[in-house]
Amino acid sequence: MRQRSLTALTLAAVLAATTGCTVERHWGGNTNTGGSGKAKVGLVTKTDTNPYFVELRNAARAAAQANGADFSALAGQFDGDNDGQVRAIENLRQQGANTILITPSSSTGVLKAIKDARDAGVLVIALDTATEPADAVDATFATDNFAAGEQQGAYVKAALNGTPPKLLMVDGTAGSTVDTQRHGGFLKGIGLTDGSPEIKGHTAANGDQSLAQQGMENLLQRSTDINAVYSMNEPMGRGAYAALKARGLTGQIVMGSIDGGCEGVQNVKDGQFAATVMQFPKKMAEQGVLAAVEYAKTGKKPSGFVNTGSAVITDKPLPGIESHDSAWGLQNCWGGQK
Amino acid sequence: MTTVTATHARERESLGEFLLRAPAVGPALALVVAIVVFSLATDTFFDLDNLSTVVQQSLVVGTLALGQTLVILIAGIDLSNAASMVVATLIMAKLAAAGTNGFVALLAGVVLTIIVGIFIGGLATRIKLPAFIITLGTFTMLTAVSKLIAGGQAVPVTDGLLQWLGTKRYLFGGIPITYGMTLALLMYLGIWYALTKTAWGKHVYAVGNAPESARLSGIKVNRTVLSVYIVAGLTFGIAAWQALGRTPNADPNQFQLGNLDSITAVVLGGTSLFGGRGSVLGTLMGALVVAVLRSGLTQMNVDGNYQDLATGALLIAAVVVDRIARRQQQS
Repeated sequence: MRQRSLTALTLAAVLAATTGCTVERHWGGNTNTGGSGKAKVGLVTKTDTNPYFVELRNAARAAAQANGADFSALAGQFDGDNDGQVRAIENLRQQGANTILITPSSSTGVLKAIKDARDAGVLVIALDTATEPADAVDATFATDNFAAGEQQGAYVKAALNGTPPKLLMVDGTAGSTVDTQRHGGFLKGIGLTDGSPEIKGHTAANGDQSLAQQGMENLLQRSTDINAVYSMNEPMGRGAYAALKARGLTGQIVMGSIDGGCEGVQNVKDGQFAATVMQFPKKMAEQGVLAAVEYAKTGKKPSGFVNTGSAVITDKPLPGIESHDSAWGLQNCWGGQK
Repeated sequence: MTTVTATHARERESLGEFLLRAPAVGPALALVVAIVVFSLATDTFFDLDNLSTVVQQSLVVGTLALGQTLVILIAGIDLSNAASMVVATLIMAKLAAAGTNGFVALLAGVVLTIIVGIFIGGLATRIKLPAFIITLGTFTMLTAVSKLIAGGQAVPVTDGLLQWLGTKRYLFGGIPITYGMTLALLMYLGIWYALTKTAWGKHVYAVGNAPESARLSGIKVNRTVLSVYIVAGLTFGIAAWQALGRTPNADPNQFQLGNLDSITAVVLGGTSLFGGRGSVLGTLMGALVVAVLRSGLTQMNVDGNYQDLATGALLIAAVVVDRIARRQQQS
């Protein structure tokens, strides 16, 4: 009996140690206002496993080390985990952060926690995703996702070379801010609006490659008379490509994507995507940390939306579209030097 | 479709009793109705290629649901099956990418899912923890492991054997059949045979119905439970192989809801969540119904949220039928 309860206890300990958010702590104390000298930067990402956020976190940590700032990273457990992010903000304040960099899971879900932190004198900067309203944070360093979508749409339009588009769209999580902005930007870039007859169908795949493949297979059953595919990010683009390939349609279709991860750039190089639009999370993180250092020294806060830019990556450059090739893309995926 | 709860023959039996005796009939009817409706509603649904595609779309969840059926038959539940499968796909893909022989890579993935089965079965029998809790913990751990292994990145698969189930196909009466479809069918037949024609199958139903009576009648309950989790683990490993045949990348972010999808297929297939009643043939229908709904509704241009709404409603309807059948049996 004793052995059994011991096993149960061990098990409980293992479970406790392996679940929940990952935490990195490097300081104690509770000074949390600007102008006091040392920057204490807390980073809250949407998750801690997505390579995009890993890149962002690594860049922020490196920038903090280079600038003599303390650094701590927390994350929600999944994309959309508002509660996890609120807890992360509370924990960072408890630890005495004077700047919080956050990639908000939803544009509205964490606003109260952000307001409380700002009221207590903490500088809050949104990275990657803007809040709604945008002035809920001091400043936003992010990709202009609408512009990124627009670049993708403009490329696809140019690649069609005057042929009217027959478009299938693979969206992400319906209603999420980034999804809506990229979707709208793409349609503007290609010169359509929601409801245009040129849009032959759309599917929402929540960022899941297998769901994107399934959705695309079902859409293609309706009609294979298409010439353009929008994918909201690269994993879903790969799923869509698998469905197109099985139908032997890849030759007649221009597919664009957004993200700019090394793997997505490789997909461009391999010819799966005609183009992808690269984001620069490393810039967001570095600029965020530099702002934190500045705030700690002088009390000066940044403000407004700072676009960290996006770039079209393609091996088929087109007139009128500024782009880089996949070799450049592999060197610079997500803004990191590889 | 024999179950130990089968009532003795009567001259007239109620609908509830009939469904209780033949739980796969309801889902089979639903499947036929759905196919007929979509075939009439669209010009594109009833097409041999499309029907083949729909079956291929249901393969991974269908194979996950096969193991899930066994677990639910003994009144357990496995929330970790899809996560275990995803880890297996990553192990297979990573090993193959590192130059390991495809067969060895495949075996390594399957061994992993079997080890997970032994882990869950061991905790369920030795410490008597509820399956829900064990597999919830295992799910959380395995999800983390998959992201750690992959670093969040998808791993491209190029090994021929790992893709074999999806890439190799032949024509049967004009319908394209993949080896993955063939394998799934053989697995369903094998487990159906084991459940209905062998002593092991009788033990599984008996343990699910009333473990104490099963024990008193000389059935080694723990051994049966452990064997179920091991066989289920094997099916999850093969589901990983099916997944690599379907998608050319092992991606840690896919099949996030595969566990719930498999439970949906099992319940739609008429297997009782309280254990002891159900059949793998019903599960096969259940998995197909979901894929048919998705495919047909997409071709009718119905928004994804309404598709989820329809699937959820059907799920609740299936549980209601199960409840009514049980109540009629009791009264």
